[in-house]
Amino acid sequence: MTLLSTAGLTRKFAGLVAVDGVDMAVEVGSVHAVIGPNGAGKTTLFNLISGLVEPTSGSIDFNGNDISRLPVHARAGLGMARSFQNIRIFSAMTVLENVLTGLHSTITAGVGAIVLRLPGFHRAEKTAVERARMALELVGLSSKSELLAGALPYGDQRRLEIARAMAAHPRLLLLDEPAAGMNPAETSSLAALVRRIRDAGTTVLLVEHDMGFVMDISDAVTVLNFGRRIFHGPPGAIRQEPAVIEAYLGKKMAARLAARKDGQKAIAP
Amino acid sequence: MLSQQLVNGVLLGATYALFALGFTLMFGVLRVINLTYGFYFSAGAFIALFATRQWGFSIWLALPLAAIGSGLIAVLLDWLLLTRLRAKGAPELASLMVTLGAVLALYSAMTLLFGPDIRRLPPDVIGADALVFAGIRVTQAQFLVVGTTAVLVLALVALMRGTRLGVGIRAMAERPDAAELMGIDTARLAALVSFLSGFLAGAGGVLIGLNFNAIQPYMGEQMMLRGFVVIIVGGLGDLRGALIAGLLLGVIEVLTAGYLDSGLKEAVAFAILVAVLWTRPSGLFGQAVLRRA
Repeated sequence: MTLLSTAGLTRKFAGLVAVDGVDMAVEVGSVHAVIGPNGAGKTTLFNLISGLVEPTSGSIDFNGNDISRLPVHARAGLGMARSFQNIRIFSAMTVLENVLTGLHSTITAGVGAIVLRLPGFHRAEKTAVERARMALELVGLSSKSELLAGALPYGDQRRLEIARAMAAHPRLLLLDEPAAGMNPAETSSLAALVRRIRDAGTTVLLVEHDMGFVMDISDAVTVLNFGRRIFHGPPGAIRQEPAVIEAYLGKKMAARLAARKDGQKAIAP
Repeated sequence: MLSQQLVNGVLLGATYALFALGFTLMFGVLRVINLTYGFYFSAGAFIALFATRQWGFSIWLALPLAAIGSGLIAVLLDWLLLTRLRAKGAPELASLMVTLGAVLALYSAMTLLFGPDIRRLPPDVIGADALVFAGIRVTQAQFLVVGTTAVLVLALVALMRGTRLGVGIRAMAERPDAAELMGIDTARLAALVSFLSGFLAGAGGVLIGLNFNAIQPYMGEQMMLRGFVVIIVGGLGDLRGALIAGLLLGVIEVLTAGYLDSGLKEAVAFAILVAVLWTRPSGLFGQAVLRRA
């Protein structure tokens, strides 16, 4: 079953085609990676899906709804959450308060009930705090819930962004270069976290440069180059795809590599 | 004598604080210096004037009615004047000029409609007896000022602290784009914040009209000068700072009038503003942020 699909998705910026007719399908319950060389259009694709950028043409379908023109907050309301490449936490609020922002769309009480702190509001607010604590537990930040978010070390801020995105149990989690700036130990614990998120029922779509990380956790990979999709399939098949090797290494290197492979084959009995 | 002056100063300051709270809230969250803010103060006073004089409402009905009415006017004006500018990401100067033009037009229209006479609420809307305690006289009207300010400040703090709605407002103040991605409808919250600030300004207008002969169309304009002093001294977007600075300004003005000369009130207020900006450019209480609410 497909959770998210794009059809002919295109975005032009003043003559530059950042995303060019991309068709992509993300399966429910999978970890799906989008990779490609710098400037391939990965971040624009992410911004199109989360609504920060409007498509020039083409459409995006999420869980059976056409969301191409929906405002950003409404997409979040449908069960889509994201983290950023450059961290965007609310640094002047506590860790717990940051996660609570992710539960804003679940507020049902009116302003009057909130100011007067009526009993029904209290219960809802308590439930929200419990859910926020569960999200912090998921990423391993429970012990730091009362600290100011801006005071956390880098790796923890990344985890906090994920907790904030996970608080409302989204159907789809978008992670923009989650492993950027992490050391190998942090990266492998991040991989474990992504697996836990998938196993808890949230589909994960991520953009990442760290190929080891991508190969390790992805169920499917889409490769972009110059805004176009040049590959779509399981991670194991990438190495055999000439277009991908060419995109990463350049034509000359790809040809030399291919020649060497042929040579090896010729020698082999 | 001094203690009576201090009490009067605190009462005047409470009104300044109420007015400045809405101003600093609006600036802190919406990040726009909206000069129509003073108009909500005038609007609140005039709504209460009509409610009491024409319709014979009691102050208990007129005060909330005026506050709600001013809140709705604030939502309407923000939507009318600033939505387009916000959508285009226009520079701050554009919104400053648009709201300056609009507020001058509004004051003129109001003068045309109601005339420039100075009025006050009918004195009998509230009992005339005063409580005398240790030689200090506090009238019922003055009690109403302090009581209203205290209730509204506590309600605002209750909202901003620890509720998801308040957390959402603070998130929007810090990073509107990220807030939107968290599912926060920032356009709706902007309307709510406009309403709350108009509500506070309107209530302030009624309270001033209750205690002084002060109701006239341009009353908001005069209040804006003090509003600027208070929110800058308190730190832009700092609710606690606005509260403290508002009270201080009231006390300083009353003491200046009492011991120096009432003509010097404003001079002293602005001398303080300049002195604070020279020494602490981001306000008395340091880093100015609504986020810290």
